[in-house]
Amino acid sequence: MPLSETPSAVARPRLRAGDRVFAGLSTGAGLLILFVLAGVAAFLLVEAWPALTAPPEEVPGGRGVALYVWPLLFGTALSAVFALLIAAPLAVTIALFVTYYAPRALAQGLGYLIDLLAAVPSIIYGLWGFTVLAPATVGPSGWLADNLGFIPLFAGPVSATGRTMLVAILVLAVMILPIITAVVREAFRQVPRLHEEAARALGATQWEMLRMAVLPFGRSAIIGASMLGLGRALGETMAVTIVLSVSGGVTVNLISSGNPSTIAADIALQFPESTGLAVNTLIASGLVLFAVTFAVNMAARTVINRRSEFSGAN
Amino acid sequence: MSVPTRTERESDLTLTEAAPVRRTLPPWAPYAALAVAIAVGGTVTLAGVSAGLGAVLTVVLYVACVVTVSRLVEGPRKAKDRAVTTVVTSAFLLALAPLISVLATVISRGTARMDVEFFTFSMRGVVGEGGGVYHAITGTLMITGLATLISVPVGMLCGVYLVEYAKGRLATVITFFVDVMTGIPSIVAGLFAYALFALILGPGVRMGLMGAVALSVLMIPVVVRSTEEMLKLVPNELREAAYALAVPKWRMILKVVIPTALAGIATGVTLAIARVIGETAPLLVTVGITQSVNLNPFDGRMATLPVSAYYQYVNPGVPPDPSLDRAWSAALLLIIIVMALNLVARLISHRFAPKSGG
Amino acid sequence: MAKHIQVKDLDIYYDEFLAVQGVSMTIEPRSVTALIGPSGCGKSTFLRSLNRMHELVPKARVEGQVAINGRDIYGSNVDPVDVRSEIGMVFQRPNPFPTMSIYENVAAGIRLNNVRMKRSELDDLVERSLRSANLWNEVKDRLHRPGGGISGGQQQRLCIARAIAVDPAVLLMDEPCSALDPISTQAIEDLINDLKPDYTIVIVTHNMQQAARVSDTTGFFNLADVGQPGQLIEMDTTAKIFSAPREQATEDYITGRFG
Repeated sequence: MPLSETPSAVARPRLRAGDRVFAGLSTGAGLLILFVLAGVAAFLLVEAWPALTAPPEEVPGGRGVALYVWPLLFGTALSAVFALLIAAPLAVTIALFVTYYAPRALAQGLGYLIDLLAAVPSIIYGLWGFTVLAPATVGPSGWLADNLGFIPLFAGPVSATGRTMLVAILVLAVMILPIITAVVREAFRQVPRLHEEAARALGATQWEMLRMAVLPFGRSAIIGASMLGLGRALGETMAVTIVLSVSGGVTVNLISSGNPSTIAADIALQFPESTGLAVNTLIASGLVLFAVTFAVNMAARTVINRRSEFSGAN
Repeated sequence: MSVPTRTERESDLTLTEAAPVRRTLPPWAPYAALAVAIAVGGTVTLAGVSAGLGAVLTVVLYVACVVTVSRLVEGPRKAKDRAVTTVVTSAFLLALAPLISVLATVISRGTARMDVEFFTFSMRGVVGEGGGVYHAITGTLMITGLATLISVPVGMLCGVYLVEYAKGRLATVITFFVDVMTGIPSIVAGLFAYALFALILGPGVRMGLMGAVALSVLMIPVVVRSTEEMLKLVPNELREAAYALAVPKWRMILKVVIPTALAGIATGVTLAIARVIGETAPLLVTVGITQSVNLNPFDGRMATLPVSAYYQYVNPGVPPDPSLDRAWSAALLLIIIVMALNLVARLISHRFAPKSGG
Repeated sequence: MAKHIQVKDLDIYYDEFLAVQGVSMTIEPRSVTALIGPSGCGKSTFLRSLNRMHELVPKARVEGQVAINGRDIYGSNVDPVDVRSEIGMVFQRPNPFPTMSIYENVAAGIRLNNVRMKRSELDDLVERSLRSANLWNEVKDRLHRPGGGISGGQQQRLCIARAIAVDPAVLLMDEPCSALDPISTQAIEDLINDLKPDYTIVIVTHNMQQAARVSDTTGFFNLADVGQPGQLIEMDTTAKIFSAPREQATEDYITGRFG
């Protein structure tokens, strides 16, 4: 047959080269991931440097970078933590519903509906929060201020537009809900069927079975997923930018018109209009945001990975 | 020990004194309670008090009804179980409320400007009514397209590296950081692209390519993960068959492994595009906004759908309505694109689901 | 075309674990050599070391010599890819490429290696290979249907056609019938007989009747004990092995006393 010599005689050196090139390219792509992450930190640091070293009075606000970032960091943490407090329990119950309560035939479709929440672009959540949710909270906020005003969170006076921290928190909660739900659902799916059956065989009701067999198994996934959600809430930009009416300052009052901004929202608002040192200052605040979300995400992934190693036997 | 099961219904009631079998509610009982609760809640809503209050009242009333009756008839354990069932179901319905509300709002307000002019005109020289998002559509398509061109090769190669080449420590480290990278805030990705280009070209630079780089930072980890998952599903036997035919590894990967996994990878890429096409923040700081068509991604500002929706909304003209209409219509267009991409992704993965090994 | 294989003092390792120890044998061209033995005795591992597939397992390696027509395939400047172009392999489970048609599967060895060939030549080659694999008549009307769409026995013959399309000198078969029904097995065994005049065939089998039916020479592998490396106990003409083996262990195995 005519082909027997072709591959060995002619093609051999070329094939070896092809292998080397392709292996090199894919290894390069793998390393690129690490370089990009390092690059994010490095380039942000370089561009933030002028602001970090500038005399405090030249930085916008006139009191240096640290005092510029601090109220923003406070607002970021405040909105993200409260959003998480609302979203996490809700996400766990939704994951339970989809995995254990919904009719089998519908479960996948219902899960997909929840995923759709994650597909909506954040700008649309912003527009929706501004037009629909904000006005709708004015009434209930008034009630909160009247009846629970002794709690600092609801001290009032109530914002007339509803563009408050409370609305930002609610919008963030909706946005991180699908992220947490997805991870928790995945964990629930891996609960060994035997554990569930063992619990049921002991005569447990559905809820007792979930408490005995499912929730303990999913605990670290729930923690990890919540931290992922926290990371997302910390960095969410447009929804907060549009919804929140900011006045600077540091307050835990959620329903008044005087709200601290968040790092991300502040960048989105200021950056397009800024030049010179103001840009460097904004990038410095972006660096802080990157560091915080990076730490939160690393912790989240570590928790989630530890669980999957632990349950690797299944 | 006796356990009440669903088969033990009314007929068992007579046995309760003789045998320690607990009674269960008939299956229609919760529905009856629900009907009562909805009736009361509905009345409150229709009476014009508040739809929210009506809904809350419905749920509270239903839980109270079911739990009380169940506790009396079935005992505390079963009552608790029913209470949890109700709470879990309501949580799900509660989560659907914003989705429905968002879609309803965007659709009802966005249809105002779904006209020919909207799709064929830019905003050049437009004051007040009229104008369109043609320039933003082209911008979004170009920037997202560029980002895809960057992300797909890099992401697929990285996935190939993780599955076919990597061994030991480095693979674990890269997998970990790919996961961490999925959590980078989009605004930080934008600042990264800005800082990168500012270092090379000087401060204040704006161009489409910068936006594409920023979006790539968000897209690459998604592509890597889906490639990785799909390549892992390719049976090893196919790799061996190719090796046995004297196929070098790189050709084996390119011509056997990747084609076998292609549908799954395409699904992942589509979802990645859907994720970034609606991103606003990274484009706000890298490509900015302009009123006219710019087809050169290497020079100057470009309009994109999300950013133009944002500016139409925050800087409306006088009167504001034409601007707001344009913003909502852009939002509607965006949501249609995103939902369509999600649908396409599901269809691809459904149609070409990898057939099991043999 | 068929070539003879000379194995000398071959030790096969998985990392530090010695799986097969000290195998020496000569495999004649234009003959069928069967390797039999209990599970885990290393016969498949040995087979895979004959075309350097063994080293695809991470950290797997061999020591010793395997020469094909006198050329050591483990020589320092030998490309394993070239070795495999000379030695085809058929696996336990049929593994046609699911994304390719029947035609493309047979042509895979040519196309995947980017060998340029005229369409008519390729058509010829595909037909010839399918005819050699006794499959042509069954699939000639649906050459462009997916390779996964035919029966298991047909798929296995498709894999054989795919292997012989690249014109190897040696054909290695790793329990090629273990996933097939008796009728398909019969077809493969007939095919092995038909291929014998052109190739050197080495077949690993669990089925002693099959070894007796198809092979000229039989090698018996065994483990000294659990955890010990597998060894070649005895090798001789098939008739001799099945009628008057030299070793007690061989006799015990073929008479069904263990294994």
